[in-house]
Amino acid sequence: MLYREALNKALDEMMEQDKSVVILGEDVGFYGGNYKVTEGLYAKYGEKRVIDTPIAENSIVGTAIGMAIGGLRPVAEIMTVNFSLLAMDQIVNQLAKIRYMSGGKITLPVVVRMPQGVAKQLAAQHSQSLERLFASIPGLRVFVASDATTAYYGLKFAISIDDPVIFLEHELLYPEKMEIEEEKNFSPYRARIKKEGEGITIVSYLKMLHDTLKVLPTIEKELNTTCEVIDLCSINPLDVGTIANSVKKTKHLVVITEEPKTGSYANEIINKVLEEVFYDLDAPPLKIAGEDVPTPYNRKLELMSIPTPEKIATEIIKWGKKHGI
Amino acid sequence: MNKSYAEQFYYLMKLGRVFELRAKEEYMKGNIGGFLHLAIGEEAVHVGAVLGFGKGDIFVHYREHVYALARGMEPKRVMAELFGKITGVSKGKGGSMHLYDPKFNFYGGNAIVGAHLPHAVGAAYARKYLGDTTGVLAAFGDGATNGGNFFEAINLAATWKVPVLFLCENNYYAIGTRIDRASPFKDLYIKAKEYMPVKQVDGMDVFAVFEAVREAKEYIETEGKPYFIEALTYRYEPHSMSDTGDYRSPRELKIAKERDPIENLKKVGLEKGLLTPEYIKYVDDKVQQIVEEAVEFALNSPEPPPEELYNDVFCEVCIDVIS
Repeated sequence: MLYREALNKALDEMMEQDKSVVILGEDVGFYGGNYKVTEGLYAKYGEKRVIDTPIAENSIVGTAIGMAIGGLRPVAEIMTVNFSLLAMDQIVNQLAKIRYMSGGKITLPVVVRMPQGVAKQLAAQHSQSLERLFASIPGLRVFVASDATTAYYGLKFAISIDDPVIFLEHELLYPEKMEIEEEKNFSPYRARIKKEGEGITIVSYLKMLHDTLKVLPTIEKELNTTCEVIDLCSINPLDVGTIANSVKKTKHLVVITEEPKTGSYANEIINKVLEEVFYDLDAPPLKIAGEDVPTPYNRKLELMSIPTPEKIATEIIKWGKKHGI
Repeated sequence: MNKSYAEQFYYLMKLGRVFELRAKEEYMKGNIGGFLHLAIGEEAVHVGAVLGFGKGDIFVHYREHVYALARGMEPKRVMAELFGKITGVSKGKGGSMHLYDPKFNFYGGNAIVGAHLPHAVGAAYARKYLGDTTGVLAAFGDGATNGGNFFEAINLAATWKVPVLFLCENNYYAIGTRIDRASPFKDLYIKAKEYMPVKQVDGMDVFAVFEAVREAKEYIETEGKPYFIEALTYRYEPHSMSDTGDYRSPRELKIAKERDPIENLKKVGLEKGLLTPEYIKYVDDKVQQIVEEAVEFALNSPEPPPEELYNDVFCEVCIDVIS
C-alpha cells in the first residue's frame, strides 16, 4: 500500500458509512486529485459528494464551513499548504472562531487536508512547511500524518470529531510504500513511540521522522546509546506527557522539523516539554530545523535549506559528543 | 399589501430603531464596548428582507441587530450580548457583530467583510444535497461587492446552481469611502447580472424590499439557482460609534432623512388604511417598554463566569484525551 492509498481508504470508509461526508477541492473529482488521494471516489460517490471547485481556496474553506452549518461533514482539500495562505481568513477568522463567538451554538466538523513540505525543486512558493501558522491558532486541531497508520486512523478520527481539523500530509510521502498497522483505540492526541530507547528522545513527524529513522543506526553506533523516537500525530493539542516521560528516562531531547528554525513549532514543543522536565535534562535540547531562507530551486541549495538524513545524523552526533553522551 | 404585514413592518422597524437608539445611549455610557454599528435608516431593508424571505438560513454582516430582532431573537438577549453578559445570545463572547442562533436559522454576524458569502453558498449546497429546497439569504453591504469573497461566492453559487439570495444593501459608503471611489459601477447589480437574475429596489420602501425578496425567494427555490437584489438605502449614523461621519455633507444626510423608511411607512400605511393612529401609538409605547426591559435585563445580568474563558473553544465531546 502507498501512503496516499491509506488516506484514500480512510476517505472511502468514512464516505461509505456516512452520507454527510463530502469532499471538495480543486481537481479532487473528475480528475482524481493532483496527488491521487481522492482517486476513484468520484466514480464511486458521484459529483455531489466529490465536489470539484474553482481555484478559489478562500471559498473552498468558506463553503466547507457553510456545508458544516448546513449539516454535512466536509473534507476540504487544499492542493498544497502554500495555497492555504489564500484561505487564511476562512481558516483563522472563521473556522477557528465561529464556535467560540457563538457561545458554542455552532459546531463546525470541517477537515482541511493538505500536503506540505519541500518536495523536489518546486521553488519557494511550492515548498513550505507552515504548521506553526495553524498550530498557534486557538480553535483548530492540527494533526500530522507521518505514515500510513497515522494517515488512515488520523484522518478517520479527524472526520469523525466535531472540531475543525487542519490535517497535514507531506508531498514526498504520497508515493511511499508502507502498511497500515492495526491499532485499537487510536487517538491522534497520543504521540506514538516509533522505537523505544534509553539515551536520547527524538521528537519528529512527517518526512523528518522517516529521515531520522534512516540514520538512527549510525547515530546509535556513534554515540553508543539507544534513541527513543516519538512521532507526533497531533501537534495541537500536543502530547507533552509522552515526550516528558521519555525525556525523564533519557535525559536528552532532540526535536526535528522541516520548518525554518525561526518561529518554528519545534520551539513551542521544546518550550512546553522544558516546563515539565528542565531539571531532568543532562544537556540543552537540540533543535534541528530548516534554514531561514525561502526554499531555493537549485537542488543542491534546496537540500542545504532543510534537514536531511545526513545532516540529522551529523548534528545529533556532534551535539551528543559535545555533551558527553 | 395587507394590513397584517404593514403592522409587522411597523412594529419591527420601530423596535429596531428604538433598540439601536437606546444601544447608542448605552454605548455612550460605557455599558457597551467595542464596535457598535447602527442600522438606523436601513430598517426597511432588514425588516423587509427577513419577512419577505421567511423560512431558511440567514447569513448577515456586522450591522445586524435589526436582522436579529426581525428574525425573532429576543431583544433582551440581544441587548445582553451587546453588554457582554452571560445571558446574551452568544454568552457575551461574540458581542454586537456576532449574534447567532441556529434555532432561528440565524448564522451571524460576521466581522470580516464578505466572508460569510461563501458560508451561505456552502449552506445552500448542504441543504440541497440533503433534499431540502429551502433557500438561503446572504446580506452584505456595497463594500463587500469589491472583494474576492463576493466574486467567488456568486461564481460558485451560479456554477453549483444553489438557491442563495444575495442581498446587497447599497448605502453608498464603505466606512468613509464613497462607492464611486472604490467601484467602476454605481449600480452594483451590474456586477452580478451575468451570473444570475438581478433587481434593484428602493431600500427606503419596506413594501418594495419585501415584494422583491419574496419574488426572489420563490425564484431561487423553484429554480434552485441564485438571485441578486440591490437595495438602495442610507445609514444615518456613522459607520460605527468610533467614526465621526464627517465625509458626508449635512445636506446629503438631510435629503436621505426626508425619505425615512419608518416615516414613509407610517404615511403610506395611514393613507391606505393599513395602519391606524391607535396602532402606531400602541407600537411606539410597546417597543419603548420592550427596549427598557431589555436594558434592565442586560444591566442586571451577570458577567460570564471565569470558566467561560475556556468553554466553547472546542466541542466538549471531542475533548482532549490527554491532560
